[in-house]
Amino acid sequence: MDLLRFTTAGSVDDGKSTLIGRLLYDSKSIFEDQLEAIEKASEQKGEKQVNLALLTDGLRAEREQGITIDVAYRYFATPKRKFIIADTPGHIQYTRNMVTGASTANLAIILVDARHGIVEQTKRHSFIASLLGIHHIIYCINKMDLVDYNEKVFQTLKTDLKAFSSKLKTKDISYIPISALKGDNVVNRNTNMPWYEGSTLLHSLENIHIASDRNHIDCRFPVQYVIRPQNDAYHDYRGYAGRIEGGVFKKNDEIMVLPSGFTSTIKSIDTFNGEVKEAFAPMSVTLNLEDDIDVSRGDMIVRKNNSPKQEQNIDVMLCWLSETPLKHKGKYALKHTSKDVRCMVQNILYKVDINTLHRNEEDKNITTNDIARISLRTTQPLFIDSYGNNRATGSVILIDESTNNTVGAGMII
Amino acid sequence: MTDYNLSHLEELESESIFILREVAAQFEKPTLLFSGGKDSIVCYHLARKAFFPANVPFPLMHVDTGHNFDELYEFRDKLINETGARLIIASVQESIDQGKVTEEKGLNASRNKLQTTTLLDAIESNKFDCALGGARRDEEKARAKERFFSHRDDFGQWDPKNQRPELWNIFNGKKNYGEHFRVFPISNWTEMDIWQYIKKENISIPNLYLTHKRKCFVRDGVIMAKTDFIDTKPSEEIKEMQVRFRTIGDATCTGAVSSTASNIDEIINEVAATRITERGGRSDDKRSEAAMEDRKKEGYF
Repeated sequence: MDLLRFTTAGSVDDGKSTLIGRLLYDSKSIFEDQLEAIEKASEQKGEKQVNLALLTDGLRAEREQGITIDVAYRYFATPKRKFIIADTPGHIQYTRNMVTGASTANLAIILVDARHGIVEQTKRHSFIASLLGIHHIIYCINKMDLVDYNEKVFQTLKTDLKAFSSKLKTKDISYIPISALKGDNVVNRNTNMPWYEGSTLLHSLENIHIASDRNHIDCRFPVQYVIRPQNDAYHDYRGYAGRIEGGVFKKNDEIMVLPSGFTSTIKSIDTFNGEVKEAFAPMSVTLNLEDDIDVSRGDMIVRKNNSPKQEQNIDVMLCWLSETPLKHKGKYALKHTSKDVRCMVQNILYKVDINTLHRNEEDKNITTNDIARISLRTTQPLFIDSYGNNRATGSVILIDESTNNTVGAGMII
Repeated sequence: MTDYNLSHLEELESESIFILREVAAQFEKPTLLFSGGKDSIVCYHLARKAFFPANVPFPLMHVDTGHNFDELYEFRDKLINETGARLIIASVQESIDQGKVTEEKGLNASRNKLQTTTLLDAIESNKFDCALGGARRDEEKARAKERFFSHRDDFGQWDPKNQRPELWNIFNGKKNYGEHFRVFPISNWTEMDIWQYIKKENISIPNLYLTHKRKCFVRDGVIMAKTDFIDTKPSEEIKEMQVRFRTIGDATCTGAVSSTASNIDEIINEVAATRITERGGRSDDKRSEAAMEDRKKEGYF
């Protein structure tokens, strides 16, 4: 059984909460006391139907205002897979939350109302999924019950979505006609749409192939922590602890340490349960090298003939997360893998209108939820890959040094 | 392993180990909050794996209400002895004796809420800058919103509306002097994952989790153990019942469940079939709809 992380974005009326409620309920992941608690809460508010959104809106402020403010994580499992849902609010003012939820997802579910077709929000969610490097998108054409389960409606929408999504980087895209309210094609197939021969949503979620989404070619091992037991049994042991962020490392591999350029051989790959012969992303292991060389946190161990770029001038697509606007020529702390540096904003190239994908080169005022292409100069070289090649070595966050807040999320171009 | 895909337990384990190592790297003086319950036992097991073959580079801290089950103290001391961990005990009784907190009165009196003061005092006096905890997002709706790295101001308070965004696996542990972080390495685990992992790794747990006979009574539909720390009404009949605990906290607020599960496999089957959440028997959560959120804001676990 493996693990699939997916994100759902949506606003009040598109049936997202109903869909999640349906997935959880039909897969028996909602408990009686939870259901009872939200029944009570819905009744107290004078709502006629049980409001499944109350399941995910965990904060007092969210329940009071009836909105989702923050990312909520929900969990369910079937005999085939375990799922983590990052449930995010869909309104434009919560773009940063959508970006957060999408940053760790394998797959995005985008709901389209069968009556309304492609709207601004559909485009925005698709663009964010594509920008954040999500490999799989499922468009759920929802509320099919309100268009009499008409095949033509579905086919027309599918054609429109295909034309639109050809501009996205995401290549694996599927289309499922559903009614979240009635349960059609969510967990169970039924007879309302005999013309649909594809799989149900849950079946797709269970079977989409995700193992090859990670980069298993370019070996990247950011050193997180140096393990030195200094006890009798392991007197001279120095292990480099970290998580493999790309490629496959094997015992006896020749490696190079960045930035020093020193080379050595992997003596052993150690875990608590003993040595392993090979290790791949996203395994947390400890590398033990043949030679005693200087390696510390922030360094990166790579294969000798396959290095990332070493750069101090970096272009990123930036999602701005803070209420305080981005400062042109401003200085920020920057985190990239296990490395901490500082950076300066050299140039703001353009802002992206995330509804139309239009590039605006005039407007340089970057504020909350804006997405822009910017150039950074860092105090030390970073060992980078493009975000498209490797999410872990291709991403950075910016931190405001006066508040310590995380203010920007950057994807290296 | 040949298709380069991890099982869900392997992926969760790797994520948790990554976070434990980040804590050791980013903070000067972390501690792991240890209650003796299954989640903190799993956290400690993961910490041992993360730093192997070195010892865990931080001490454990038990915020002890003094109202725990005897079996729990025995288990705790045995585990500490066997693994050579350092243990700090922060005592709620001492906070009471020093007049910092006042014991609750009445039938439902519990020291659960008092723990917050003891915890924050212990963090301050030991100069800890990070407290690792075994909270999981599936436990409770306020916890579902919390970050892995959760910032606390210099009063130890959590500001749920103003949390730092947490993207990819880049964790921002920057803070000012006097502030600290709570970090939750097993945020993404569910109750089922914990049990499957306990089985897979053959981790020992207190016998309280397995079925046993115990003197109990029923209050508000919850089976409570009869201990010296809790008074009963004349109408509450005390009788011997076949029970186990799904979650272990202070004896005054932890409910038992009727169960015959005598080993981990049987617990897994029971968890798979159950229709009530794990914390359904925790009277501390039932005090109001946002009981957990309110306690967390003040600095609770």
